Amino acid sequence: MPKLNINGTERDVDVDENTPLLWVLREQLGLTGAKYGCGVAQCGACTVHIDGVATRSCVMPVSGVAPDQKIVTIEGLSPDGSHPVQRAWLAHEVAQCGYCQTGMIMAAASLLQQKPNPTDDDIKAEITNICRCGTYPRVLAAIKDASKNAG
Amino acid sequence: MIAVKASRRSFLVGSAAAAGGLALGFHVPLAQKARASSAGVPEVNAWVLIKPDETVVIRIARSEMGQGTLTGLAQLVAEELECDWSKVTTEYPTPGQNVARNRVWRNFSTGGSRGIRESHDYVRQGGAAAREMLIAAAAAQWGVPASQCTVAKGVITHSASGRTTTYGKVAEAASKQKPPEKIVLKDTKDWKIAGQPLARLDTIDKLTGKQIYGADLAFPGMLNAAIKACPHFGGKIASYDAEAVSSMPGVRKVVRVDDATVAVIATTWWQAKTALDALPITWEEGPNKTITSAWIAEMLKGGLDSEDAFILTNTGDTKAALSSSDKVVSAVYSFPYQNHATMEPMNATARYTPERCEVWAPTQNGEASLAAAAEAAGLPVQQCEMYKLHLGGGFGRRGMQDYVRQAVLLAKEVPGTHVKLLWSREEDMLHGFYHPTTQCKMTGALDKDGNLTALHMRISGQSILASVRPEAMVGGMDPIVFQGLTANSPEGHLGYTIPNLRIDHAMRNPPVPPGFWRGVNLNQNAIYMECFMDELARAAGIDPLAFRRKLMAKHPKHLAVLDAVAERIGWSNAPAKGVFRGLGQIMGFGSYVAAAAEISIEKGQLKMHRIVAATDPGHMVNPAQIERQVEGSFVYGLSAALYGECTIKDGRVEQENFDTYEVLRLAEMPAVETIIIPSGGFWGGVGEPTIAVAAPAVLNAIYAATGKTIRTLPLKNHKLA
Repeated sequence: MPKLNINGTERDVDVDENTPLLWVLREQLGLTGAKYGCGVAQCGACTVHIDGVATRSCVMPVSGVAPDQKIVTIEGLSPDGSHPVQRAWLAHEVAQCGYCQTGMIMAAASLLQQKPNPTDDDIKAEITNICRCGTYPRVLAAIKDASKNAG
Repeated sequence: MIAVKASRRSFLVGSAAAAGGLALGFHVPLAQKARASSAGVPEVNAWVLIKPDETVVIRIARSEMGQGTLTGLAQLVAEELECDWSKVTTEYPTPGQNVARNRVWRNFSTGGSRGIRESHDYVRQGGAAAREMLIAAAAAQWGVPASQCTVAKGVITHSASGRTTTYGKVAEAASKQKPPEKIVLKDTKDWKIAGQPLARLDTIDKLTGKQIYGADLAFPGMLNAAIKACPHFGGKIASYDAEAVSSMPGVRKVVRVDDATVAVIATTWWQAKTALDALPITWEEGPNKTITSAWIAEMLKGGLDSEDAFILTNTGDTKAALSSSDKVVSAVYSFPYQNHATMEPMNATARYTPERCEVWAPTQNGEASLAAAAEAAGLPVQQCEMYKLHLGGGFGRRGMQDYVRQAVLLAKEVPGTHVKLLWSREEDMLHGFYHPTTQCKMTGALDKDGNLTALHMRISGQSILASVRPEAMVGGMDPIVFQGLTANSPEGHLGYTIPNLRIDHAMRNPPVPPGFWRGVNLNQNAIYMECFMDELARAAGIDPLAFRRKLMAKHPKHLAVLDAVAERIGWSNAPAKGVFRGLGQIMGFGSYVAAAAEISIEKGQLKMHRIVAATDPGHMVNPAQIERQVEGSFVYGLSAALYGECTIKDGRVEQENFDTYEVLRLAEMPAVETIIIPSGGFWGGVGEPTIAVAAPAVLNAIYAATGKTIRTLPLKNHKLA
């Protein structure tokens, strides 16, 4: 029975070990902020952090995550939506339909953790999540803002 | 009522209330504080409900799928209501209530950029009527004439006596007031809430993971279903071996949904999908198994010069003018099938008993979803209900009800239990209602001064209506094929005056299901018309802007948006070295749009630096929202131009996921500058029209950079080096 450290809490999950982390989060633990978009790590809607690194959880078998690795989902990014990236997202009103946005925010938060002051080119190289509504210009602007406000 | 902004917990409370709800007098205590749950609070009228704590609940019949209609429509109601905007929240009335109440909320359908432009009048009247009833209630309590009372931000004042009260205090009494007989709407120049760049009402939960989409819905004891329909259009199931997977973990049932479709119902979706992937299925490929993209292209090619064509416009004598002209320019363009590829795959949740059927779904047409549910359930519509959820993208796809029907058919297999059907991305890619494919032969005649004297535009290809709504066709013709090209339509008329003009359509319907795809036929019509305008301008040796302007004297609104982008991009000055420009304009969905692009080509790679867009939507309800829609339109339109293509082989779509069906990502996104020119006097849509000018502006710039004329989309199939 896999043990997982999710948003600071240790959780036991009773699930086949090949189950992707995404579906453990969504169906075993009720954490539906990480979305299913493609199932093949193309779109990034399922992005969570594992030890701070943005990870596409739809292709990560739950057996591939060690009990001491820290998984953070959008629900655990901040207690009240106050993470600098979330605040920047609100200020720029980035979201349209919003479905891809939790993954986008998790990717952005991880990027800023690795590179607190990313250039436009850094952002373009790192943020490869798909958004079909077309929020990209605001994603770029919000990440730049968040990098200023976080510093 | 379903609470649009509710958390999952309050959502379940709200939907339970709605299910058994108002009609039975079921009362949900306010103490439960479901944020927008309105059960138990009497409405002022169908559009407005005000709680004792002054929360203003505005009912929104159209669907929110990211386009912002929820906020825009609320602004329109609130403007007339004269309420405090900071107290506004929204909720969706259910389609079942609409049916029960003689369609008091009118149309639920959300497509064609019609959300605001088709309902601005009656939603404002709803807000105004509620305002008058609230004032009348206060006046009655005070024993003064209503005409002596004023209201601002939800506070009613009788200045002669100095008395004030609030909407929350008189709302219950107002609900018993008679609606006013005559309503005069405000002049738009007096707007305070509408017309302002107010923040969206639906942002916060989308940033924290709290927003519940259809794919996220959960009920106690709910089962999950994964589904596969025969990938070959027109094919069906030959056989499958349910025994092979029936003992796999979680599997409850393998279901033959219809002749072409099989599903697995399991405890979790992952279990259902795992079992479905393991299920041995043999498909009978059916009558279209030899169909390929090349076959379809050949079929359409046959329509480019054929005699059978529906004529939209035939002014002057185009044939004679073309045959007698000094210079004739001709080109054939083509546009492929494309999938909507909403980020949230199709899904719906249903619960069926022999007495009642309920469906929860992200839908662009709640009433159509209700009808589909009733039909699949085999129950009268009065015994069914449909609860709308925010959509994880729609783009036209969720106007179709196939997934709702499937969910109900699956729920019938386990009566009394909620079943959530979620399509895999692969299923979503293989069973779309695709942007139809067309080809277009453009033939133009120029006189010795470079004037366009004749134009024949022959569209050959697929009709959406013939497949989706044949009853809407006109004498066999599909008028929607001609979007943006009609002579005098408020929906979208051609912005050029050409003395000899023929526009016609040879209908060719390949066996691939077409559908309304954000921007619909305006998208390729704009490419055909605007890229060919550039071809003509080159043949005439005239600057593309100047060439267009000569044809646009009688079309000042088209010209105004074109001039606006040309001016902003600096058309009259040369671009920076290595940078090239293109432009395009069209009218569609009631609005005038234009774009100008700056690009460069580096080592054969397209780099889009900057796009300037101008929109004249007549009236402007929320400029910030229009900006977002314009930005998004470029992502959608440029995705289509650069990558969008579903190819057909063996009578099925070849692309199954985003690894082969590429879309635009952030790295390629140009900066977008939006100019809004609301000239008044009409109401145009903003969600779609700009998509159409994205591709022509970029394609015309690519010619400027490379001398290559791209006439077949998408761009990924061309070498630019």
